[in-house]
Amino acid sequence: MRRLFAILCCYVATSLTSVHADEPMTTVDADPATLTTVSPLPSDPVAEPVSVETLLQSLTEVKLSKALPVLKQLESLGGVALLPMFKGMLEGDLYFVKSSKEVVMISTIKGELTAQGVLSKQPLPGVSKNQLKKIRVNNKLRGFLRQAIARLQISHPDASKRLAAVQALLTHLSDETIATLERVRPQEQDEDVQAMIDLALALHQSDSADPAVRLAAVYVMADSLESDARNKLVKIIEHDTDPKVKAAATKALKQINEEIEFYGFIDQLFFGLSLGSVLLLAAIGLAITFGVMGVINMAHGEMIMLGAYTTYVVQLMMPNAIEYSLWVAIPLAFVVSGLVGVLIERGVIRHLHGRPLETLLATFGISLILQQLVRSVFSPLNRQVASPEWMSGTLDINPILSLTLNRLYILAFALLVFGLLLLILRKTSLGLNVRAVSQNRDMAKAMGIRTDWVDAMTFGLGSGIAGIAGVALSQLTNVGPNLGQAYIIDSFMVVVFGGVGNLWGTLVAAFSLGVANKFLEPVTGAVLASIFVLIFIILFIQKRPKGLFPQKGRAAE
Amino acid sequence: MNQLMRFSRLHGDSKVAPFVAILVVLTLLASMGNLLMPEDSAFYVSTYTITLLGKYLCYAMLALAVDVIWGYCGILSLGHGAFFALGGYAMGMYLMRQIGDRGVYGNPELPDFMVFLNWTELPWFWQGMDQFWFAMLMVLLVPGILAFIFGWLAFRSRVTGVYLSIMTQALTYALLLAFFRNEMGFGGNNGLTDFKDILGFDLQADTTRVTLFAITALLLAVILVVSHKILQSRMGKVIVAIRDGESRARFIGYRTERFKVWLFVYSALIAGIAGALYVPQVGIINPGEFSPLNSIEMVIWVAVGGRGTLIGAIVGALLVNFAKTKFTAIMPDGWLFALGALFVFVTLYLPQGLMGLYKKMMDKRRPDNSDSHGSDTEGKNAEPAVKGGNV
Repeated sequence: MRRLFAILCCYVATSLTSVHADEPMTTVDADPATLTTVSPLPSDPVAEPVSVETLLQSLTEVKLSKALPVLKQLESLGGVALLPMFKGMLEGDLYFVKSSKEVVMISTIKGELTAQGVLSKQPLPGVSKNQLKKIRVNNKLRGFLRQAIARLQISHPDASKRLAAVQALLTHLSDETIATLERVRPQEQDEDVQAMIDLALALHQSDSADPAVRLAAVYVMADSLESDARNKLVKIIEHDTDPKVKAAATKALKQINEEIEFYGFIDQLFFGLSLGSVLLLAAIGLAITFGVMGVINMAHGEMIMLGAYTTYVVQLMMPNAIEYSLWVAIPLAFVVSGLVGVLIERGVIRHLHGRPLETLLATFGISLILQQLVRSVFSPLNRQVASPEWMSGTLDINPILSLTLNRLYILAFALLVFGLLLLILRKTSLGLNVRAVSQNRDMAKAMGIRTDWVDAMTFGLGSGIAGIAGVALSQLTNVGPNLGQAYIIDSFMVVVFGGVGNLWGTLVAAFSLGVANKFLEPVTGAVLASIFVLIFIILFIQKRPKGLFPQKGRAAE
Repeated sequence: MNQLMRFSRLHGDSKVAPFVAILVVLTLLASMGNLLMPEDSAFYVSTYTITLLGKYLCYAMLALAVDVIWGYCGILSLGHGAFFALGGYAMGMYLMRQIGDRGVYGNPELPDFMVFLNWTELPWFWQGMDQFWFAMLMVLLVPGILAFIFGWLAFRSRVTGVYLSIMTQALTYALLLAFFRNEMGFGGNNGLTDFKDILGFDLQADTTRVTLFAITALLLAVILVVSHKILQSRMGKVIVAIRDGESRARFIGYRTERFKVWLFVYSALIAGIAGALYVPQVGIINPGEFSPLNSIEMVIWVAVGGRGTLIGAIVGALLVNFAKTKFTAIMPDGWLFALGALFVFVTLYLPQGLMGLYKKMMDKRRPDNSDSHGSDTEGKNAEPAVKGGNV
């Protein structure tokens, strides 16, 4: 019973800390020995602290509730040298050898347990897990450890590490922290870190008894977007007795709130543009087949899906080179989807020329077959496609605004594909032929253009670009047999909204629909937002049946 | 000349009276087979079969609705499932209210899902749905009004061809998303189900099932005859003229958009009725009925049977759904392959559907028959509506 309770406590503690841990935490290994037996402890653990060695010694013996003073002394005595130890303790990797009481850090390399002495820095040979005992931590100790780590890291050579360290200290500014910060401030070279230290000091000074000091602190805080500064300002407005300080704080808070609103707007805009880039990628292939050739391809979504599955298969083929898999997947997806597109054109669409409604039905049939094919081959379950390292993570602009890198890359990628396509249509002979055929098929034929061949190539190009879109989509969502279906209606809307046969119209339509969708979302909720956008387009098409940028002249007839 | 030939085809094809007779006789036989025969008799028709047949007939009615506008007016709607589902939801709401306090939570006023969502009173659009006549009025009004607004907006601004198809698909897709929301008050993802009785008759009883089946068959026959009459009338001729050359019909002086709007509304009404008959027999209505796939499947029923023939639509719906039932039982994975192949095959090789094939064979048997030009209209004018233009 007791054992069960202990495991439970341990579990709760780990899950609690992992929520607000700054670094990803490895799960604390519950050592059965420590959990079941309560080790006998000396009554007065911190009797005569002499050196780091003795402190470490006492750390192994001390009761959990009395470990804090020991750690404090360790920090002041040991300094930066003990940084790895503090980190290890925070992550639950700190153990001691039962027989010699030597404190060690454990790590598992290739499934093998290795223990390294904290002071000796030497690996201990042949240590097994039951010879070790864990040095336990609780949430109170974890809080102190984080602070201590941050204080010690302030002198780290890497500026970004120093910045993160000061930032971590903001929430809880103890006197030692302030002392440390005041000590390092004059030597600090990096401007960002300087500002952050100034903010920390200002946060501390805002509790000062002198109104002038408080006022100065408020001015410093006004320039910061850190949530700690904002919370402090709110507190000052509520409690401060000095009207001057109060007024300054109110003004500062207003300024900060405005800035937050502005960055919130930018954030929304970014998400809108990101959605727009996805729509653009999905719709641009359709803009060619539907817009230029006048062929409705209901299997377009499945071309996207095939591209996404190609990415998945490529990653399966080269599991050790996920970083480079995308560079293989992009051309391969283009080829796969393009080939399938050419096959569809040669096998089916060619025979239905001039009968758009039949083309629609036949391609829909093809889309059903492709979906079922993928379901039979890969299973109906969604597949996860890994993102390469360089695409994951965020671009932090300030404490409020951070842009996810994969969305940023896909935005750029969509524009790149769009530009390339425009170049192909404008500058190559294929583009010239495509435009000629789309404007006047009979005349083009009379001029000696092989319209059959042009049709197949155009369809292949459109489908291939859909495949590339699939590669991009696989980085944002799961890959499943229904992936394409989700985008087909949206893509049609984009093409129709932008004006058929007009690539620039597709670009404008994709981004405006994406942005509109994301700005509606907070007001109405995601589902209603897409419904409103759909209804808007339905109404818009009634008003302007040819879209935003209709084709002019005889080609439009 | 072409138009003339098409008119003759239109009139010659629809042997409605014998078809109605066959339908009525078969319905009578099936009903008697269920109610009068003992269970071990060779002529016994199980209740399961009756329900299945009733479901098929609802689909047939729906196919008829699609054929009326696609086959005769060239309007390819990919959103007829929306009208079907709306009619079904109206009926479902009535049936939900009939459950009364027999639900899981025993609330006499509120359906179970509302109690579950902690709603305290009935939303306004559920008021009056406990009256059968009111619910039936809604079965007609809701799809009818939606079709009128949509059709009026679309046809007035001359949205045609694939644009219209995509718009209708977007319409049903938007409704699909909307009905999935719990806040809409239509049971969200689960839809409406667990019905108990209709007009006081137990829905599980054999007699109720057979009656529903018979009513469906009867209504199908009535709608078939009425549609046939409408399409044979002067108005019907204008409608076919719009299909074959809308600009020309407009230049002659017909307000083509009005004909199209009214035909679209008529078609939506049929779809709504089909939905209302479908729900009590199947016992559930959920947002899945709005899915674009359902709507496009209806089109293939018509295409298989042969569009512009009315009877062909019914035959196609019955055949394809029968095949679906058999196919999904034998190899569930294969059905979508088969359906997809059917789409491709029919559009490529059987543009006039089974009815066209049948007529072709009849023509071959009687080569001297001078008033039939079927064999030569076949290949040349497979797609009558759209000529020229790149859309």
